[in-house]
Amino acid sequence: MLPPPIAIRVATEWLAARARWQPLEVGFWIVAFAAIWLFPDRHLILTEIAWLGLFALSLDLILGYAGIISLGHAAFFGLGAYTAALLAKYEIINEPVLALLVAGLAAMALGFVTSFLVLRGSDLTRLMVTLGVALLLRELANRLGWLTGGADGLQGVSIKPVLGMFRFDMFGHTGYAYSLIVLFILFLIARRLVNSPFGLSLLSVKGNPLRASAIGISVDGRLIAIYTVAAGFAGIAGALLAQTTSFASLEVFSFDRSADLLLVLIIGGAGYLYGGLIGAIIFKFMQDYLSALTPQYWPFWIGLVLVVIVMVGRDRITSWTAPFRRIASHLNWRALARHVAASSSERR
Amino acid sequence: MLTILFDGIAYGMLLFVLASGLAVTLGLMNFINLAHGSFAMAGGYVTVILVNRLGVPFFASLPIAFLASAVIGFVFERALYVHVYKKPHLDQVLFSIGLVFMSVAAADYVMGSGQIFVQIPKFLQGQFEIYGIGIGRYRLLIIVICGLLTVALQFILANTRFGSRLRAAVDDSRVARGLGINVNWVFALTFAFGSGLAGLGGALGAEILGLDPTFPLKFMIYFLIVVTVGGTSSITGPFLASLLLGIGDVAGKYYVPTLGSFVIYTIMIVVLIWRPQGLFSRAASR
Amino acid sequence: MMFKYTTGAIAALAIGTFAAGGAFAQDTVKIGLIISMTGQQASTGKQVKAGVDLYMKEHGDMVAGKKIQVILRDSGSVPDNTKRLAQELIVNDKVNVIAGFEITPAALVVAPLATEAKVVEVVMAAGTSIITEKSPYIVRTSFTVPQSCVIIADWAAKNKIKKVVTIVSDYAPGFDAEKSFTERFKAAGGTVAEAIRVPLANPDFSPFLQRAADAKPDAIFIFVPSGQGGSFMKQFAERGLDKAGIKLIGPGDVTDDDLLPGMGDAAIGTVTAHFYSADHNSAMNKAYVAAFEKANHFRPGFMSVGGYDGMNLIYSALKKTGGKADGDSLIAAMKGMKWESPRGPISIDPDTRDIIQNIYIRKVEKKNGQLYNVEFETFKDVKDPVKAAMKK
Repeated sequence: MLPPPIAIRVATEWLAARARWQPLEVGFWIVAFAAIWLFPDRHLILTEIAWLGLFALSLDLILGYAGIISLGHAAFFGLGAYTAALLAKYEIINEPVLALLVAGLAAMALGFVTSFLVLRGSDLTRLMVTLGVALLLRELANRLGWLTGGADGLQGVSIKPVLGMFRFDMFGHTGYAYSLIVLFILFLIARRLVNSPFGLSLLSVKGNPLRASAIGISVDGRLIAIYTVAAGFAGIAGALLAQTTSFASLEVFSFDRSADLLLVLIIGGAGYLYGGLIGAIIFKFMQDYLSALTPQYWPFWIGLVLVVIVMVGRDRITSWTAPFRRIASHLNWRALARHVAASSSERR
Repeated sequence: MLTILFDGIAYGMLLFVLASGLAVTLGLMNFINLAHGSFAMAGGYVTVILVNRLGVPFFASLPIAFLASAVIGFVFERALYVHVYKKPHLDQVLFSIGLVFMSVAAADYVMGSGQIFVQIPKFLQGQFEIYGIGIGRYRLLIIVICGLLTVALQFILANTRFGSRLRAAVDDSRVARGLGINVNWVFALTFAFGSGLAGLGGALGAEILGLDPTFPLKFMIYFLIVVTVGGTSSITGPFLASLLLGIGDVAGKYYVPTLGSFVIYTIMIVVLIWRPQGLFSRAASR
Repeated sequence: MMFKYTTGAIAALAIGTFAAGGAFAQDTVKIGLIISMTGQQASTGKQVKAGVDLYMKEHGDMVAGKKIQVILRDSGSVPDNTKRLAQELIVNDKVNVIAGFEITPAALVVAPLATEAKVVEVVMAAGTSIITEKSPYIVRTSFTVPQSCVIIADWAAKNKIKKVVTIVSDYAPGFDAEKSFTERFKAAGGTVAEAIRVPLANPDFSPFLQRAADAKPDAIFIFVPSGQGGSFMKQFAERGLDKAGIKLIGPGDVTDDDLLPGMGDAAIGTVTAHFYSADHNSAMNKAYVAAFEKANHFRPGFMSVGGYDGMNLIYSALKKTGGKADGDSLIAAMKGMKWESPRGPISIDPDTRDIIQNIYIRKVEKKNGQLYNVEFETFKDVKDPVKAAMKK
């Protein structure tokens, strides 16, 4: 046992080490930003990857860090998309950045309200409740045809230039740069969040809620907070979709979207923030390639990928991401123990 | 008015047969199997091939559909599912969604993407009236078959040796093994039986629900509602839940067509919040 | 600011390569075909695709010294996908024409792109009236929903049908159908007892049908998207409505040739107005049906001729421009184009770029043991009534 003052110092150091930027991470973002200039003709799919990555990041926050399985994360995504599209269509807020924030806040509000529904219950109950909320919103958007355009989608949305300067062009140049910057900023926030004591307490809640509450962590409070934040992220991802395509349809709420999202996160691996981003890259290119190759039967191969991933084992499939996991200092209590042991022996 | 009630009951009964297999795998074996609808679809397509292409009588094709789906279920259970029982729920969800995607594309490849109907015999078509209540012949048949099945199911689970073995295997599989029950075998048979029921439901339901490759996705939510709302501790729970869902759905569409499926989803969420173990579950008191 | 200039430069560069790409690819004309091969509307997509394939098989892939290349993309019945795919086809593959579009939202969402990139958009399936007005580069080879609805309204009024209940799917073409039918039918002295809208993705029609039956109408007017007719027809018969003397009328989507063979005898006697029947009596159509059934395992439906004629329109326009494939030349060549299709004589309205075609009144009958829509009355050269009314 370490004396308390040293223990505090060790813990602080360890937290700081966790939060430190690693070369590989820096490299990742340099490549992402370099793509603005390097691959101008791939900006359309890259834009999709950016918002899908953000959406998966949001799911990672609740699944990877809080252990809540959701089949209805599209609810927040869709709410964000419709909010942004409606704001633009009726010219309530013309500045896309501002509309993005409002969409995020709207999704957060919904996230806060619905978070109380997922606090308790088994995996199955949570699954059904999240799915139910998404279906309910879809039906609502369908019923409010006068506002949302119903099953035809919201037509005639035109998005004003970002900050009054950058128009959304057909080639997706502005769209990509804009989405990437938003993704980066939100990623920084998420990174800060999970590397804070709050993030650690979340992991302890995921690991063992009972023990977590025994050491004085408010389990419900933590879950509500992270669910709300994640909902906001998903809302902003949806708003990005709406703004870059100037369109929103009922599909934003669809079950397929939530299911695909799980696949995205699983390909990349959950619980270290980069999983969603890497998964989004792989998933989009795979889907693009397969659907161009066999436009009729590509879902079969996507399904096969899912089955194989589970059969082989998620850990083994995503083991190639280990370097990423390490640099993102995926929390591992054994690693902490080793660290404590090492630093305490140094001190001696 | 009463016609609507009758239609609702028939619809609910059909949902029950379709979902009862899921109640068994999900409730008793605690396995989240979203691919349940795929087995139902298989049964439906088997009937279509038998009746429409090979000219097998409709009634003879029903047991074949049951057997075909049961065999498919058995093979899948032994080959794939058995490896996923012990995995976390997340894996089960991913795995079964993958199966759904595959089955949708495969059905499209083999059977085409259009909606297909079974050619049911003449005497089952149409409607007759008793005291002003319009009774669809086919719906009446559904009610009869499903009613019999429900009784049989309840009897098997509660009163037969196999039923008690199954319950033992679920409650404590280690002790059950110790008592000489072949747990793997019990699970495999149960799974096959559940898939067979789904196949039978698919065969019966093709006429009313329509059969196309997106069947497993379209009805997945209904099956899940039946099982979660009904609770998974008995057969009676899902049965009552199916009836409620069927009548509620049909009556809702008749009386308030503008609300659509709104009512169903709201009720589901409320019930799940209020009694997470299901509406008719004794375990809710735990 | 640096950033702004750089994106500007890239955009300029990309537009440069875009134009240059067109110059290099002198010898091929690319057609981006975006249609649903999976999802809810997959059967529509397959019909259109089969029509396109058949045309290319019969007429080769060379026209006016150009090689025609069709690039197929699956929209999965999701409009946001359609938009991205169209964008990629235009920007990366540098297609000269985009075509397909199984549902109205898909056709609409691409319209601004067609305008911005000056690329011709050939709508081969979607049927809402307003589509062609959304861009000067849109041309349609399928149909407009009101074309058929107005004709069937006239027919119903003339044939002792006084009271009707309308049942339509809850989306734009459904509203179009309901509105155009109701207006025309009321003007002719009929009454609409009840207007019911069913959700687009709906498993069970029976409660809606019961509601319609309880209103005791002379006929039920039905519009559901191609593909849902089968289950509707089943439940119509199951309610015994056919025996109760309630007629079934509507545009031809409900008795789509694609599904008709599987509907059973319940469908017999349904009267619909539409632009194509596989039973259409012409030498050209007989050859078309024979070739189509040989190449596919199913009967050609009305969606397939949309694809077939769409290709014909593109080929003919290229011949007229001598191979010039830019949007302005093509759309100019397409306006007023007239030709003989398996469905009968058709032309493109030079003012609206919408299709002008014959609408036939048909009745479902059994011929050689198979169900067909048998035509018995022809309305010649029907324009889209919605746009025609707006002009007045």
